[in-house]
Amino acid sequence: MKALYFAWVRERIGRAEEELSPPPEVATVGELIAWLKSRDEAYALAFENAAVIRTAVDKAHVRHETPIAGAREIAFFPPMTGG
Amino acid sequence: MTPTIRIQSAPFDPAHEAALIEEGRRDIGAIVSFTGLCRDEDGALSALELEHYPGMAEAEIARVAEEALARWPLCGLTVIHRHGRILPGEKIVLVVTAARHRGEAFAAAEFLMDYLKTRAPFWKKEHRADGDVGDWVEAKAKDDAAAERWSK
Repeated sequence: MKALYFAWVRERIGRAEEELSPPPEVATVGELIAWLKSRDEAYALAFENAAVIRTAVDKAHVRHETPIAGAREIAFFPPMTGG
Repeated sequence: MTPTIRIQSAPFDPAHEAALIEEGRRDIGAIVSFTGLCRDEDGALSALELEHYPGMAEAEIARVAEEALARWPLCGLTVIHRHGRILPGEKIVLVVTAARHRGEAFAAAEFLMDYLKTRAPFWKKEHRADGDVGDWVEAKAKDDAAAERWSK
């Protein structure tokens, strides 16, 4: 699946997107965050406070408990500040 | 009716957008136009950089627009949100609602703005007048509260 990062999540990770192949036991968006967090310091910093991270699957908002099975694109970003 | 939704870097003209809704209609009794602008924060801010999630920004605003249309009988609806570098004094966002009566037009415009703030995937970064690249603007609890009141 494709991962997209925006705003300070993107800056902390150091890239805007990448292809992810999580192990099969990673079943939800929240578990994917925990898995990313364990990768290295940059991800650990980006997802330091996982509770504030907003997520979208295939361009629609989802909660952290949402399953990732079948997802083509998962995005991670801070609370939005448009308008 | 089909709402007009545009995500663009170019400036927009609120009067022109309202005129497009009005044109040739005789059923509209009220048009509300809201424009959000970039403040200079008493001279401290030189620009805002608006990042967005292409594709989702359009899709999410369309979902919010559908929700507004399900709640109020609107005759016209336009939402425009800019991205990229925006200078103090420039316009960032536009919501135009048209209805038979003003109550519906006012309520729908306020609902749309409250929801856009918390659900549309845009993020503002400050560029400071002293040359520093400042921080990402933090989401405000009062914006969440403003959106929350519509679900009661």
